[in-house]
Amino acid sequence: MAEQELHPAQAHESAHPSPAKYILIATYLTLITIFEVLIYYVDALQDYFLWIFLVLSAVKFYYVAMFYMHLKFDARIFKTLFIFGLVLATFIMAALLLLFSIII
Amino acid sequence: MTTNTTAHESHLATTTGLDHRKLLMWLFLASECLFFGSLIATFLLYKDASVVGPQPHEILNIPVTSTSTFVLLTSSLAMVLALAAVQRNDVVSARFWIFATAFLGATFLGFQVYEFYEFVIHGLTPKTNVFGASFFTLTGFHGAHVTVGVIWLMSLFFYSFRHGLPAERSLDVELCGLYWHFVDIVWVVIFTVVYLIGSLEPAAT
Repeated sequence: MAEQELHPAQAHESAHPSPAKYILIATYLTLITIFEVLIYYVDALQDYFLWIFLVLSAVKFYYVAMFYMHLKFDARIFKTLFIFGLVLATFIMAALLLLFSIII
Repeated sequence: MTTNTTAHESHLATTTGLDHRKLLMWLFLASECLFFGSLIATFLLYKDASVVGPQPHEILNIPVTSTSTFVLLTSSLAMVLALAAVQRNDVVSARFWIFATAFLGATFLGFQVYEFYEFVIHGLTPKTNVFGASFFTLTGFHGAHVTVGVIWLMSLFFYSFRHGLPAERSLDVELCGLYWHFVDIVWVVIFTVVYLIGSLEPAAT
């Protein structure tokens, strides 16, 4: 039987993960949050807090967006749209913070 | 290991081959990034600019907020399990997980009401200083989004009793899930920027 021809926008779609994988990701997210809170109380790391928290937050963001929101498995256009919004938002934040001399 | 099929196995009669409701939802979420990005930047501008207290490091309660963050992260797991149940035509499980998501969302809102009440008791209102104004605006808008999500989830829950939740209509649940997960990732950023980084004492000048 001939394979169904996919629309180009659908070409990158693949099957969603299993419930077991979702539970594993939830465990990662919980462990990262616990780690963040524990680090918060370690005064010796205070100079590195900003970068540690930003990296851990980015990891949690990645897991939720890619696996729970299925960006990793859905059509590429969804990922492009969302990343475009994120990049634009980052520029707006950076512009505001630079304008008011909060950074640099 | 993969078990569930994608929501769009069949061809859709649209110019993109994709369901335009889902495309519209992603466009909406992209625009929401700009909305919350602006609010977070405004908070960062004003958090240490208050002439009178309370200041962020004097009032933000990390243990309480960590617990509410855990609750919201767990609700995202319940949401994705609800979608998986709908896609395998298991309406009873789907109904349970949808209700669990709404319940956890309502619990998160309970934490937020408690936090706001505590702040008001300790003298921080939106009128007290610029930190209060930017904090209540940012977290208040996020709370409003969670409230909309809970209403959406409960409407899906009651809808399922009248019309069921067949796999062919899984997109209805998926759209609600996308919104819910977005609200979750916005909170991940707020928790880090407002609570963990925001509550650090500013360096002495």
